[in-house]
Amino acid sequence: MTVTDRIRRTMIFLNTQRAALVKDAFIYRPDCVILDLEDAVAANEKDAARFQLYQTLKHVDYRGVERWVRINGLDTDLFEEDIKAAVAGGTEGIRLPKTETASDVQLVEEKVAAAEKQFGRPVGSTMLMAALESPLAIINAFEIAKSSPRLMGIALSAGDYVRTLHAKRTVAGIELFGARSQMIIAARAAGVMAFDTVYTDIDNMAGFKEEVELIKNMGFDGKSLISPKQIKVAHEIFNPSAKEITHAAHVIQAVRDNGDKGVGVLTVDGKMVDIAWVEGAQRTLDLAKAAGLYKGDLA
Amino acid sequence: MAITTSALAGTLESSDAQVLIEPRAQGVQINLESSVYAQYGAHIEQLAHELVETLGITNATISITDKGALDCTLKARIEAAYYRALGKQQDFDWEVL
Repeated sequence: MTVTDRIRRTMIFLNTQRAALVKDAFIYRPDCVILDLEDAVAANEKDAARFQLYQTLKHVDYRGVERWVRINGLDTDLFEEDIKAAVAGGTEGIRLPKTETASDVQLVEEKVAAAEKQFGRPVGSTMLMAALESPLAIINAFEIAKSSPRLMGIALSAGDYVRTLHAKRTVAGIELFGARSQMIIAARAAGVMAFDTVYTDIDNMAGFKEEVELIKNMGFDGKSLISPKQIKVAHEIFNPSAKEITHAAHVIQAVRDNGDKGVGVLTVDGKMVDIAWVEGAQRTLDLAKAAGLYKGDLA
Repeated sequence: MAITTSALAGTLESSDAQVLIEPRAQGVQINLESSVYAQYGAHIEQLAHELVETLGITNATISITDKGALDCTLKARIEAAYYRALGKQQDFDWEVL
């Protein structure tokens, strides 16, 4: 299972009800797509969207773009059939909406395992991602994040979260500061990835850029998106710069070269470096390699 | 299986198809109108006939208005219309669809 060893800077929602949207979204080269069966699909089209989902998963070649399915909520009579269609179709992962407790994840895990057996897929091969959309979910973020070995990451969904918090959306996003902080801490402590909410003002690219820079600096691994035009900008921000890649390579090489000599503190590119820098430098190189920006052998 | 009520699925948007399935006294008839009929008409009709066999439809008129849909969408719309006509909402045999 590729739970954390893959780059996931962008994951774009696609309304599975709309044939035109799901047939060729891979051309925009997001890291992931989320084929949505939940909020984007009209109540009287849930069945048709599910058939479209299954046939799309079976027959459309997404050319390496990771395919996720957002199922309907656990409070509906739809989610179990959604899981069957998604697993039978061969999805890489399932995104649970409105996750509030670890037991929500474990219930879905149980249904997914049953579907994997039923449809002949390797048990354990389908990843999970939990969307946190309420104050209770944020309070339980760590328990949710470590609830299953299938859990690849946790994702903030701000629309319902802000509503249930009785807050108002602001340009600066101060109303999301507590949730974002708690989520990234929980994700890192549990060893899973963290994803930020969608940016809905799709014509405000300056605002989008600011928000992606903010969440990248906070430590998030990627962002949920709703428009293809947001993909390139998000990738550019999440990608390490050429200067960062070069410096990271210098750090790794210098620490390797001096490790056997008993030297603990070095100067690299004019900056003091010790062992504590290695993990960050390695992560930069790994990300650069996954993004196709580094061809060396240090990652 | 024979159907007793009519059902509709899909849209007339580009890349989609609209499928109307209606009861028929005997056998299956497929009517196809497609924006790409000259190039893909025979292929779409064959796909529909194969799916009719897979689903076990014995008596129905299936009218497809295709707006350039991929095969996966054509199949999904026929399946949706058929199961709507049957009133079936869950426990599908996904591996054979």
